[in-house]
Amino acid sequence: MSLLSQKHMLGLADYSAAEIQTILDTSLQMRDILNRPVKKVPTLRGVTVVNLFLENSTRTRTSFELAEKRLSADTLNFSASGSALAKGETMLDTALNIEAMKVDVVVMRHKSPGSPHFLARHLESIIINAGDGRHEHPTQGLLDMMTLRDKYGSLKGLRVALVGDILHSRVAMSNIIGLKKMGAEVIVCGPSTLLPRGIERMGVEITNSLDEAIRRADALNILRIQLERQTAGLFPSLREYHKYFGVTRARLEQASAPLTILHPGPMNRGVEITSDVADSEHSVILQQVTNGVAVRMAVLYLLAGGRAEPSA
Amino acid sequence: MQTKIKAKLVDAAGFSRTITRIAHEIIERNRGTERLGLVGMQTRGVFIARRVAEKIREIENREVPVGVLDATLYRDDYRTSLRQPQVQQTEIGFDLYDLNVVLVDDVLYTGRTVRAALEAIMDHGRPKRVQLAVMVDRGHRELPIKPDFIGKNVPTSMNEEVQVHMTEVDQEDAIYLVEVEK
Repeated sequence: MSLLSQKHMLGLADYSAAEIQTILDTSLQMRDILNRPVKKVPTLRGVTVVNLFLENSTRTRTSFELAEKRLSADTLNFSASGSALAKGETMLDTALNIEAMKVDVVVMRHKSPGSPHFLARHLESIIINAGDGRHEHPTQGLLDMMTLRDKYGSLKGLRVALVGDILHSRVAMSNIIGLKKMGAEVIVCGPSTLLPRGIERMGVEITNSLDEAIRRADALNILRIQLERQTAGLFPSLREYHKYFGVTRARLEQASAPLTILHPGPMNRGVEITSDVADSEHSVILQQVTNGVAVRMAVLYLLAGGRAEPSA
Repeated sequence: MQTKIKAKLVDAAGFSRTITRIAHEIIERNRGTERLGLVGMQTRGVFIARRVAEKIREIENREVPVGVLDATLYRDDYRTSLRQPQVQQTEIGFDLYDLNVVLVDDVLYTGRTVRAALEAIMDHGRPKRVQLAVMVDRGHRELPIKPDFIGKNVPTSMNEEVQVHMTEVDQEDAIYLVEVEK
């Protein structure tokens, strides 16, 4: 009996509340390793992990790479630029070639939703989704939940507002799916042009008023405004966005109790979040980064260990 | 897999006497409790270590620090067993450097868990010396590991198991010999 019923981590949608709980509990033990004199355990010695990042990412890739190294796995980084993909090789061929080199785990980021699922169907390796388009970013959802659990002890009944560009955000999707499974209430807040149609079917409350979200939530997860979206005409200007949806200290003062502030990074200071909020005592943004490494260690440990046939 | 109790090897009174003896032996071997630390292995080793520390305090009137160790991440069988064990807490709240460390476990069998624990301890610091205390040594070693303090030697066959019960997690303090029917 394995602790997880899944072979891959393609999205939190596939995971039960009990499994998410197991990952979060394991993450706490993993975080302890990061505080020791020797920040490394031999657990995944001999396991090879390839970080197949076909869309730019520094933060997530670095976090995964560090998690892999802390567990003593061998790691290989592969990015789209400078690879055979730039020469016209298909993604499947690239992946099959990497697998032919005998890798055990593929951590994958790609701009197209469902691409990790596609690889999972064709490869023997364990696939971990590190973000697929606007679909899911499961380890980000997990690290956000871990950070909230640190603060509140439990996620049950917690009210979390996701603010900003919900439409293009895989972070929002994984948060909504994970938080709902763990019994939290989710409020999504943003301009109507950045809220996906039918989002209410995911069991979330919707508001276009940041003040209302602030009044009702215990924590705000402030999503990054992707500056390139502005040219698509989804909001008139950064200044106007900031005026209505920028989280500032003055707006937060309406809340009866201080709100915990999360942001998946990288931040646009002065757009979706002001510096006095980002650097305030209620901001847990840097804890999120530490927890990210711990959560990824837990996922790697739980998926990549214990896979051989039983010896007896 | 079914189990059948074959014999009760130690009862509550015997259990307490064994803890007392181990505590005395640890003090004697280390010439007191100066620079001494206990590290209990999850789960029951931790309770045994705490009881030994309690006993040492009664005898010597000195506190000995007790740490908690989970060696799961150092095991060598994670690729051969299908089951991925839950990682439990490790908390050693004192500096191991130059300390006489007594590693405490309930049952010593193949020695593989102790090997893993030794590696884990070295990653937490460099003790002066590591000694091993176990409640039961049931034989069948697969590695060159020998305990320094033994509660009870129990010769067993491969289809037997020794179960240490402790009031912290079980109904009683006792040691049972159990037959495993596969």
